[in-house]
Amino acid sequence: MHRSSRWKSITALMAGVGAALLTAGCGEEIRVFQPAGPVARSELQLIWLQMGLTAVVIIPVILLLAWIVIRYRNKPGNRAVYQPDFAESRTLEFIWWAIPIVIVGILGGVTLHKTYALAQSPQPDKTPLKIEVMSLNWKWLFFYPDQKIATVNYAEIPTDRPVQFVLTANGPMNAFWVPNLGGMQYTMPGMATSLWLQADQAGEYYGHGGNFTGPGFTQMQFRVVAKPESDFEAWVRQVANGAPDMSRGEYDKLVQPGTLGELSFSSYPDGIFEQTVMDEGGKYMEHDRKMLENMMSHS
Amino acid sequence: MGDGLANTAGHFFVTGDPLIIGSDVAIVLVSLGIVFVLTYFKKWKWLWREWLTTVDHKKIAIMYLLAAILMLFRGGVDAELMRTQLALPNMKFLSPEHYDQIFTTHGTIMILFMAMPFIFAMFNAVVPLQIGARDVAFPYLNAISFWLFFFGALLFNLSFVIGGSPDAGWTSYPPLTELQFDPGVGENYYLLALSISGIGTIATGVNFIATIIKMRAPGMTLMKMPLFTWAVLGTCIIILFVFPVLSVALALLLIDRLFGAHFFTMMYGGNPMQFINLFWIWGHPEVYIAVLPAFGIYSEVVSTFSQKKIFGYKSMVASIMAITIIGNLTWVHHFFTMGAGPAVNTFFSISTMAVAIPTGVKVFNWLMTMYRGRITLSLPMMWALAFIPNFALAGATGVWLAEAPTDYQYHNSYFLVAHFHQALIGGVVYGMLAGMYYWWPKMFGFKLKEKYGKWAFWFFNVGFYVCFMPQYILGLMGMQRRMYTYPADMHWTGLNFVSTIGAYLMGIGFLFIAVQIIHSLLHMEKDLTGDPWGGRTLEWALPSPPPHYNFAVIPHVTARDEWWERKRRGEQDAFLPRPEAIHDIHMPKNSGVPFLMGLCFFIAGFGFTFGWMVVGALGLLGVLACLAHRSLDQHPDHDIPAEEVRRTEAALGRL
Repeated sequence: MHRSSRWKSITALMAGVGAALLTAGCGEEIRVFQPAGPVARSELQLIWLQMGLTAVVIIPVILLLAWIVIRYRNKPGNRAVYQPDFAESRTLEFIWWAIPIVIVGILGGVTLHKTYALAQSPQPDKTPLKIEVMSLNWKWLFFYPDQKIATVNYAEIPTDRPVQFVLTANGPMNAFWVPNLGGMQYTMPGMATSLWLQADQAGEYYGHGGNFTGPGFTQMQFRVVAKPESDFEAWVRQVANGAPDMSRGEYDKLVQPGTLGELSFSSYPDGIFEQTVMDEGGKYMEHDRKMLENMMSHS
Repeated sequence: MGDGLANTAGHFFVTGDPLIIGSDVAIVLVSLGIVFVLTYFKKWKWLWREWLTTVDHKKIAIMYLLAAILMLFRGGVDAELMRTQLALPNMKFLSPEHYDQIFTTHGTIMILFMAMPFIFAMFNAVVPLQIGARDVAFPYLNAISFWLFFFGALLFNLSFVIGGSPDAGWTSYPPLTELQFDPGVGENYYLLALSISGIGTIATGVNFIATIIKMRAPGMTLMKMPLFTWAVLGTCIIILFVFPVLSVALALLLIDRLFGAHFFTMMYGGNPMQFINLFWIWGHPEVYIAVLPAFGIYSEVVSTFSQKKIFGYKSMVASIMAITIIGNLTWVHHFFTMGAGPAVNTFFSISTMAVAIPTGVKVFNWLMTMYRGRITLSLPMMWALAFIPNFALAGATGVWLAEAPTDYQYHNSYFLVAHFHQALIGGVVYGMLAGMYYWWPKMFGFKLKEKYGKWAFWFFNVGFYVCFMPQYILGLMGMQRRMYTYPADMHWTGLNFVSTIGAYLMGIGFLFIAVQIIHSLLHMEKDLTGDPWGGRTLEWALPSPPPHYNFAVIPHVTARDEWWERKRRGEQDAFLPRPEAIHDIHMPKNSGVPFLMGLCFFIAGFGFTFGWMVVGALGLLGVLACLAHRSLDQHPDHDIPAEEVRRTEAALGRL
């Protein structure tokens, strides 16, 4: 009686928690499961595959555990077989060395393929848009080298066109993450890293810094707005014509620690991104200089 | 001048936060209470003779265990404070600065000052007994290891009230941790405390490798060694490979901060990424350092409480060694997202997933050990059983995180937070609790009563899932680790609230463990058999607790589960010493020098933390003096006369 009521209350508690998780799980707020472009979609495919393949092992393990514990309890009158010396079986051991090896083999193959694919443009035949991203304490600065405009804490991108984000930091390391569009990449001082993303649905996507940078880190949220190419062009024109210029002094002010809302600029000091990478340590690194030159070759 | 002094004092002592002032008061009161009790009961001498100067591995084990439980409490309070702050959006319970300090100290304490002493408590309590030795290979060094850990932990905890805690995360990535962004003393505390305790850890690694290789009883070949001892051997090999790397990384960052070098700054050719590289060369194997001993404990517990031989012993040994080696080849998966390129990322994805292979084999072998056994659900076994589904999930999510393309989505989110808590709590903490319950009678000579322990088990287990399952989903929703709050419109509130409830349930579980220990102390049920669980290995052939020389006569081993085999053949008496076989026993002398050496390291660490070079140098001179004293000591050991051993054994009813 006492035992069964305890089990009942535990079951009830578990059911309550499960229900809470499920109701949360049904919304569209699970961003990683709501891909809005080919990169996030490709990553989600691998998530389903890895979930399926690992479930092949852990579900039997849990069921087997429950069955064994119930069947082989040390209770008077338990008539299940007791073999205290049964401690070896080549066949069985071969099976459970082999199963994980096969699973890791499959996942390894897919990982190899996808890791290389994700380092490239999702659609190499289309002209990409290039955006330079700089994480600052504690805000995000976006430069559009071909449009010559800049924004703070939001970026607009055209749909159906690959976007190459070139990332650096002026300050501690952060990470650039827009879960609906794809996984993250670090922003590091003195280096320029690259992240390919693409949106094929118009919409507004949540982004956030991924690596702790101090007390203002929590506020390092930004928006990425995806819209059709023509609307994007209109937005660029609007910013280019209507927004204020970013002077060198303005840039230096942005670099100072603090949090900010969203801002737009119709221009920015020429070569400021490359110069920041060099000033923050890039100039000491032969390898970085080359990498930067390759990435910047078009401009 | 007066103003300047007041100002300095204001920076020196952390003031202003009611939580900290409350803790200050509590610390002073508890300290006064301890001093009063020791004086009133005239226990100072006892404390010095029996504990502070001991080189006995069994007493060192008890001190490690006590420290680990205290640090579990401290780290746990940190966790509860964080979960309280995150229960609802836009809470003002903790300021951002305070929150940053708390997540930093929580992580650092739980890994370096809770998990590490906990595993060392188990090493010390069990390994010499299990292999039929009278102590570890270097008992004096063992005491030094403990006191370096102790004073390292003390230094780290002192930051809470003097000078301010570190606040850049337990991973301490530069350039955030360089002077430019983090000018306070908190980071210095972190670097020095970890450096000091790290020296002790390396010494422990050396000590137990030597012990296991050289001091096994005659007949105990490597392939007859109990699996816990095998796991300790693997662990110590990893310690020896990776802890020196951590020491170097910490030292270089400290030199940057104290002497203006540029190893990890952005300027003058410094490279912050190199710290991250070195940190994880230690940091990932550290996970295996913590979990391998737990695996060893599960093997002992599952076999004992199923009354059955461990299944696939050779596979188990192979798995331990495979993890020992592969574990050193996975560290780059902590920075897949730093643009190392697809070739590097693919290699480390596959090497990381490869760890799942031997781990999976171990899980199946534990299951098969129980299969056709007779399972008794005592507390150690309950924790071992709860570990299996928990760690199966942690292993699965570990494989998911291991693949670079999906790691891009999981990295640094609450998904990751949930994963490593599941691995480190479900794997390590459950294992250490199983080990604590299992060997408690051997360590202390009395059993822990089951009643409150079962309450603790259920609160902690249910609490665990309630706390961490929601965090997986929060990560997929986009919530990042180390955020001190979150906006109300993100739909994160419900899951965070549930998670906080889970954290409270775990806290209640911990309190039940404390109640259980106190209750069992007050209503002590002595273990007179020395073998309360029907054990299988040599430690259970000894009385609980064993006499300080452990074995009056070193046993001869013929089988894997030697004690079990003897009992089965009705030869329990084979391990009782015959009076004529007892000779003088050569043992190390107690010494206060390891304690003083730890104290000197503490003084040095405190001095350098504040940039007081003279104090630092004096501390280091003290360390040198301690080393010199030891080198010049001609008689560090003594003989226990055979007659005294006979008397002791007779008093234990063994002659």
